[in-house]
Amino acid sequence: MSVTGVRGEERSDFTVNEGKALRQRSLSLLGSLLHPVRVRVYFTLIIVVISTAAQVAGPALLALGIDQGLTQVLDNNNWLPAELIVVAYILTALVSSSMMAIYMRSSALISQTVLLDLRERVFTHTQNLSMSFHENYTSGRIIARQTSDIETLRELLDGGLSSLFRGILLITFTAVALVALDPSSALPLLVALIPCYFLTRWFSDTSKKQFREARTFSARLIVQFVETMTGIRAVKAFRREARNEASYAIGVDDYKEANRKVIRLFGTYDPGLKVIGVFTLASVLLLGSFRVANGAMEVGVLLAAVLYTRRFFEPMEELAMFYNSFQNASSALEKVSGMLEEKPTVLEPEFPTALVHPRGSLDFNNVTFGYNSSSVVLPNLDLHIPAGQTIAMVGTTGAGKSTLAKLVARFYDPVEGSVELDGIELTQIANADLRRTIVMVTQESYLFSGSVADNIGLGKPGATPAEIESAARAVGAHDFIMRLPEGYETDVNKRGGRLSAGQRQLLSFARAFIADPTVLILDEATASLDIPSERLVQHGLQTLLADRTAIIIAHRLSTVAIADRVLVMEHGDIIEDGSPEELIAGTGKFASLHSAWRDSLA
Amino acid sequence: MTVQSAQEAPRGTAPLATAPLGTVRSLRRVFPLIQGAMPRLIIGMIIALAAAATALTIPLALRWLVENPLATGDVAQILPAVGLIFILGLAEVTFIYLRRWLVLGPGVFLEGKMRNSIFIHLQKLPVSFHDSWQSGQLLSRAMGDISTVRRWISFAFVQLFTSTIMLIAGFSVLFAYNGLLGLIFLVASLPLIVISLRFQRRFTKLARSTQDQQGDLATTVEESVHGIRVLKSFGRAGEALEEFLDQAAILRGTELAKGRANGQMWFWMLLIPDVGFAIALPLGIYQASLGNINVGTLIAFFATAALLKGPMQSIAPMMSMSIEAGSALNRYYDVMNTPIEILEVRGAQEVPAGPGALVFEDVHFRYEDSPADHADLLDGVNLSIAPGETMALVGLTGSGKTSLTALTTRLFDVTGGRILIDGIDIREVTIDSLRSRVAMAFEDATLFSISVRDNVLLGREDLTDSTDPALQERAGAVLDQSLDVAQADFVRSLPLGVDSVIGEEGLNLSGGQRQRLALARAIAMEPSILVLDDPLSALDVTTEAAVEKALRQVLATTTALIVAHRPSTVMLADRVALLHEGRILDVGTHSELLARCPEYRNVIASLEEEKR
Repeated sequence: MSVTGVRGEERSDFTVNEGKALRQRSLSLLGSLLHPVRVRVYFTLIIVVISTAAQVAGPALLALGIDQGLTQVLDNNNWLPAELIVVAYILTALVSSSMMAIYMRSSALISQTVLLDLRERVFTHTQNLSMSFHENYTSGRIIARQTSDIETLRELLDGGLSSLFRGILLITFTAVALVALDPSSALPLLVALIPCYFLTRWFSDTSKKQFREARTFSARLIVQFVETMTGIRAVKAFRREARNEASYAIGVDDYKEANRKVIRLFGTYDPGLKVIGVFTLASVLLLGSFRVANGAMEVGVLLAAVLYTRRFFEPMEELAMFYNSFQNASSALEKVSGMLEEKPTVLEPEFPTALVHPRGSLDFNNVTFGYNSSSVVLPNLDLHIPAGQTIAMVGTTGAGKSTLAKLVARFYDPVEGSVELDGIELTQIANADLRRTIVMVTQESYLFSGSVADNIGLGKPGATPAEIESAARAVGAHDFIMRLPEGYETDVNKRGGRLSAGQRQLLSFARAFIADPTVLILDEATASLDIPSERLVQHGLQTLLADRTAIIIAHRLSTVAIADRVLVMEHGDIIEDGSPEELIAGTGKFASLHSAWRDSLA
Repeated sequence: MTVQSAQEAPRGTAPLATAPLGTVRSLRRVFPLIQGAMPRLIIGMIIALAAAATALTIPLALRWLVENPLATGDVAQILPAVGLIFILGLAEVTFIYLRRWLVLGPGVFLEGKMRNSIFIHLQKLPVSFHDSWQSGQLLSRAMGDISTVRRWISFAFVQLFTSTIMLIAGFSVLFAYNGLLGLIFLVASLPLIVISLRFQRRFTKLARSTQDQQGDLATTVEESVHGIRVLKSFGRAGEALEEFLDQAAILRGTELAKGRANGQMWFWMLLIPDVGFAIALPLGIYQASLGNINVGTLIAFFATAALLKGPMQSIAPMMSMSIEAGSALNRYYDVMNTPIEILEVRGAQEVPAGPGALVFEDVHFRYEDSPADHADLLDGVNLSIAPGETMALVGLTGSGKTSLTALTTRLFDVTGGRILIDGIDIREVTIDSLRSRVAMAFEDATLFSISVRDNVLLGREDLTDSTDPALQERAGAVLDQSLDVAQADFVRSLPLGVDSVIGEEGLNLSGGQRQRLALARAIAMEPSILVLDDPLSALDVTTEAAVEKALRQVLATTTALIVAHRPSTVMLADRVALLHEGRILDVGTHSELLARCPEYRNVIASLEEEKR
């Protein structure tokens, strides 16, 4: 099994090598995210050093104040040392608190810069991934990657940096001081590192697995949540609530248990380290006490050694916490980096051929296509569409009409053969050029939150209100828009902005109209329109399509009337090809469809 | 009203729905949720105190060891003394372990409970609620906010308690040592209260903003994924990214403001106690020089005061965590306190078995947020559908046909008049029985990412959940029959047949295929009333004809209301009703209406016919 990209995402039982590969991928993502902010990271680390030093200095000065300052006052009535110490104390306090304030700002800046960078990367990459990815990968999981997974990284960045560095700093200083003070007391410490290492390894291995599970369960919850809320009408109408409730509860429980395990793991790891600390302290104390009793050691040295040993283990908790959030974040980054590793299958050409004045002729040359290797949708298609021609595609569902349209829109690339626009292979045309030239309107007319005008304007960034209105007028949407509470400014999600399927289709039409493409593909784009609207749209289409290439997939034969040419498809082949009049006059499939349709109008 | 204020909010900022509560009052709302777990939490707190106390005794034991056996050279006492320190150390670790274990349970329990409750409540909230709330705002509440509350309960809550106890105890000890110095220390700490209050006000707003902005960002992410076809087709990934980055930058700005506020808070939190020290130190020395206080007490005073620095410093992060948790709880309750407006009356009965007559009596309906000067969308609809009759509903786009169909299963409630099934007002029966008697197919065919079989038998838990072989067999028969009627046998050629799992939202099926499955789903309910919203719009002519033919048999025995845009769909019906300007303008057969109703001709007559 492979763990490349998003494969194996739902598993947590990886082999050693798979686990390593995943961790490697996640760490290199983290590295690449931190690289641009490294200067600020160094700066922040210096701040941490100064602030730690100032914090350590404070109590020392206080002790000095009582030892020296007080003695001087009592013995010599000399206030100077006490005054100096107070001034020094205030200064260190100021330094330590300002450094802390600077640290807070600085670390927020690092964490927010990294998060913004990652958000941008994931968002851009998701948009770049091909339709083949999106049609097979649950959208809820993409949402999980971009929301809760990214949040775990934030937890690491917000708290981790200072605790990691301060911890290492304190531990190193303490260890050095202890060795300098009394090397033989450092021996138990050295021995203690061995169980610490094994304990950490155990925690590392076990928690990796648990954190991976937690991420998987969290994504599952998000998937189910999004699907339920998106489809709430169907959920209610078909009384799906109880069933959903039960299966969501299972998901919640899985996630809860995963969380519980993860937290309990840390609840074992951290006290485990502390137990090692207690043993070490007792050993140092015991050995030292006998040496003191034998006169081989000063009591003061023993006290200091004991103090250092305690201090050595104190920051361990912070380090362990850092490691905990690090494990969590890297499990999340494993998933995120997997998505980033997915390659778009429809690639933009490196050296695109310029498309200066597109005319809009289309060619299919021996095109073979299937969505997967086992099934072929288009066995071998040869088709020439001259510039400016309006094509109507007819055929039963599954005949390959939509597939043909998707190939023209370059949602997919052919498995074999080529699709050409004005004699240039689509794969050689820059994305921006391609999208400006070819636009597809589908039956599913998705509206984004925002105003009606925003949604039409999507077809042409920077469109003026006048342009938007004229596009709406052209497709006959103006009247209903004006009846909305705030006209073009009505929010499509709010305030009576609820639009019927037909109205949404009219808006997508206006969107395509304003985009003014050379080639327009309408895939079932009029299905939900009522007849008067369809009439208006058809009227608009006749002017719109006059000088451009169009592929219209429609089940309504009324739409076919405006076509120059009709293609009847069956099982991926074109079985009839001619002008509407020719085909109606003939004896083929279209002729019989047409007469059946005429009958249905009666 | 929450939804209302949600809409008042300008775009880009999310609803600040409830009046801002103080952090403490917000957090208090967590207690009803963890009632059963309180004993554990309280024991956890006591154990946390025990751990702190044990930690304090270790230096004492150490001092005894140094002052007694080591000073006297009594080797025999060394072992017991070290042993005692060792045991105290182990006891501390045990307490810490126990505390973690005790507090873990309530935290994850609370998280699970809240997550389930919000999901259950959201499923019950009416469609109008879902229409007006951005989905990302719901998701961010169900995931991020609830985790924030869990973290607060597990970490901050207990620590806040132990810190407070330690501070109170510590200050009492300080006063006991020396009233004057203690007072100075206390007075010096007073500005912290003012600063904390100011911080709380500022941070509460910021915390709420970041949470709302995270919800906005989640909404944009969702839309960018759900609308991927449109974005790709128009090549608008760049614009989408720009909008996303704008929002992400706003969030980043708020987070940075939070960082600044935190930095400021930390600054004062660290500085002010130190100022207290700086004042107390010379004063203490002066007092000692006067002989008002002995040196040992002075040392003990400062040693104790130094111990208090830890708990005092922990207050700043605990405060921000608590404020965030309070705000997250508010956001949770924004949803949880939204009343479920579509409810059953007390003692509602099941819909009695009956022939299935559907009657609309002076039905009025308007969306609650539609402007006051707009007439009701449905403005007195009167329509009576006899048992077994098929009624086509025809009207212009936007005339309210879909809304009218949604009223029949109480996805929305009428705002005036009533809807009767076999003479009983649908608001007087249980919603569950109503929705099992009336089956719907929507114009946008939502399918779920479960198997084809489960999608089609969605409303048939009575069959699918049963282990009775007879019922299971019946489930298979219903499935087959529904698929046959809807001409959806294409599913049998899918890799796993009816067990194939549909890609989310059914998107790897064509529009026509999805529509047929949605139709099959409605038929599989074997309802007495079938409500179909333009069920054949995406079908090609041949398939449409086949579906119609098969559907006629079903319709022969079922009362049906079918929204139709095409003459071909109207043909399925016995009679047609024309919905025009909120009322039923005319009812009759297709040809009758064609003959006598110009509005009907306008709506339904094809281009060709008009030319004639």
